[in-house]
Amino acid sequence: MISFENSQYIKEQQKYTEQVSLEKIRPQARFFDDHEHEEPWDFINFIWNEGRKTLKILAPGEETSEEPFMLQIHINEMISWGDIGFYMCLPYPSLGGAAIASTGTEGQKNRLVERFKGDKPTWTAMALTESHCGSDSSAIRARAVQDGDSWVLNGEKLFVTMARKSLIDSQGFLVVWATTDPSAGHRGIKPFLVEADAPGVTPGVKITKLEDKLGLRSSDTAVVLLEDCRVPLENLLGGADGKGFKGAMKTFDSARPSIAACGCGVARAALEFLKDELAKDGVKIRYGVPRNLLTSIERDIVDMDAQLRAAWLLTVKAAWLVDQDKPNTKESSMAKAKSGEVTSKITQKAVELLGALGYSKKTLLEKWMRDGRIVDIFEGTGEINRLVIARIILGYSGKDLR
Amino acid sequence: MYSFEPTEDQQIVITAAKKLAEKFRTGMREADDAREPAADWPAAGMELCLLPASIPEQYGGFGEPSTITWALASEELAFGDLAAALVVAAPNLTALPILYGGTEEQKTELLAAYCDESYVPGSAALMETGIDFNPYALKTVAVLKDGCYVLNGVKCNVPYAAESEWVLVYAALDGATQGFLVKQGTPGFTVKEREENVGLCAFPMYSVELKDCAIPASQRLGGEQGCDFPFLLNASRVALAAMAVGVARASLEYSIDYAKQRKVFGEALAQRQSLAFKFAEFATDIDAARMLVWQAAWELDNGKDATESAYLAKNFAGDVALSAADRAVQVLGGYGYTRDFPAELWLRNARGFAIMEGIAII
Repeated sequence: MISFENSQYIKEQQKYTEQVSLEKIRPQARFFDDHEHEEPWDFINFIWNEGRKTLKILAPGEETSEEPFMLQIHINEMISWGDIGFYMCLPYPSLGGAAIASTGTEGQKNRLVERFKGDKPTWTAMALTESHCGSDSSAIRARAVQDGDSWVLNGEKLFVTMARKSLIDSQGFLVVWATTDPSAGHRGIKPFLVEADAPGVTPGVKITKLEDKLGLRSSDTAVVLLEDCRVPLENLLGGADGKGFKGAMKTFDSARPSIAACGCGVARAALEFLKDELAKDGVKIRYGVPRNLLTSIERDIVDMDAQLRAAWLLTVKAAWLVDQDKPNTKESSMAKAKSGEVTSKITQKAVELLGALGYSKKTLLEKWMRDGRIVDIFEGTGEINRLVIARIILGYSGKDLR
Repeated sequence: MYSFEPTEDQQIVITAAKKLAEKFRTGMREADDAREPAADWPAAGMELCLLPASIPEQYGGFGEPSTITWALASEELAFGDLAAALVVAAPNLTALPILYGGTEEQKTELLAAYCDESYVPGSAALMETGIDFNPYALKTVAVLKDGCYVLNGVKCNVPYAAESEWVLVYAALDGATQGFLVKQGTPGFTVKEREENVGLCAFPMYSVELKDCAIPASQRLGGEQGCDFPFLLNASRVALAAMAVGVARASLEYSIDYAKQRKVFGEALAQRQSLAFKFAEFATDIDAARMLVWQAAWELDNGKDATESAYLAKNFAGDVALSAADRAVQVLGGYGYTRDFPAELWLRNARGFAIMEGIAII
């Protein structure tokens, strides 16, 4: 039975998250944009000590809902409506956690949960991209060599979101993707858990740079150097046969709708702000009137409304498939590709339509435009997602469509 | 909880509609050339039996109306051919507004005819010429005079105006759009020329003139209370939006099939990213359009105000249909421009979505 009725539980969680966004995020958003590399500890500690009591989905191992992923995207959207950089500061097992959840052994999953039971906010991160390759992740060069009872990791990883939080601010861990056999292409690539022994103590791992970025400035994005970093054999994610590259791809099936939801949150913030400002100026949007009778601004807005709704509903559908345990690679990529494009377009158009006010730092709109631009880049660029979709709908292999 | 799984009954309807769509596809070119529905289309519509299944037993049918079910069927039918889908849905034009907004008397008297085994076309006159046509502010007016409503105005794109026994004429009554049931042959009601449009050629539409056309007050849709016109308009927009999804899908699937077998510089056309990425974008937008349609349909079925949803769905799906059809013409190159291939027909049909209002309802 087709239904667009959201569950009562998710609605309540959404309501609570909206309050968090209004009270704990929005008032802080500008400061942390102006002070890159400072971290919003008030917010982080609030989530860790208080927020997680209500938003149980942020605390691994807690039972939440029979549709946990649907709940997750609603929270992602609402936190990102507050500020997407703050979403990236949430102390919960986001990307690295997703990799463990989808490919880890029972033992590894339990260790993940244990790390999140301490007193201090904890994070995990995923290290995949390198300086010479991003989208083409099968080309990574970081090496993993077995030596006695350890794996020895060497290489440099770029754009590692939350690396500082995972290894320096907390006793978290990284999921590092490295190849055990460079001649084997993507078949040689495997994920390894690199755990902090204590905050700031992870032998063989250095954070060599924190990126200065266009937006998303409250979130740390690091360069991570691995020099003879030794991890026990059992830290090969997924156990001895380590599901490797396919595991990374499966991670994306849930990570992509997660990020798509964040984009929808940013776009909604911008669109709502735009409509509010126009309403103050007496501009009314006449929904339902044939488009050829609308003003240019009205047309822009009803188009933005439709585009945002399209991105969001694709995200909801992809999330529904995750909860149904059905294949969703195509739908995940669709949600992400659409959201990435829509987030940029809506935020950029909103700045235009509000003229000098839109371009000014007096409001958060210009920041949302800078923040929102990332959505079409990370977790698979718009182009990679189009490639994924195209291969599926055309019935092509990676060789057929390159 | 959200769910995107049609019921078993709806699956049966989808399967049946898919079969009909195949039939429509084979007859669509000839029908378009002839500017008449193929002879077997009306019967095909009866085979689907969706309208009787939408009308409750006390009025001669055997079910309840479901906008979602109609939307699911409409997408499939229009995937076959848009004109054929409109023919199948044409009886709705009179029947469903009566079911949704008619008086008890109107329902009892008029609905049974649409539950028969033979095809009974319906008709609704909403559109008017002029670039300022607005369904909420019609130029055709109704005035109550001596116990009769007197209608004056000119209507265009009125489906089956010449063939239907009853035409539901929409007119402004004190500034608000309302429906009026006009019987064929009523003095002052004149069916003028058959419309010659760029697309939707096989679907018979006419221009209609109302000149001091007086009907008994009891023939106002919903009687003295009138009807909820915005609801009917929303249901109509969802119908067209669902059909737009079908046309978009037809265009995309045909483009893909062609691009996979057509060789260029030693590989299939579809292996070029410039085409493959476009296909990915259309597939995405088509899925999204379907979700917008379903959401609006679900809102209508659940008593919610679907004005914004239905409007956005029609805009979005209509845009996708047009650009997917346009892309199909381009992918096929010179062939796309010829009448030997269906792409040009889809382009002409798809152009109609942004313009047409009220020529279908679910």
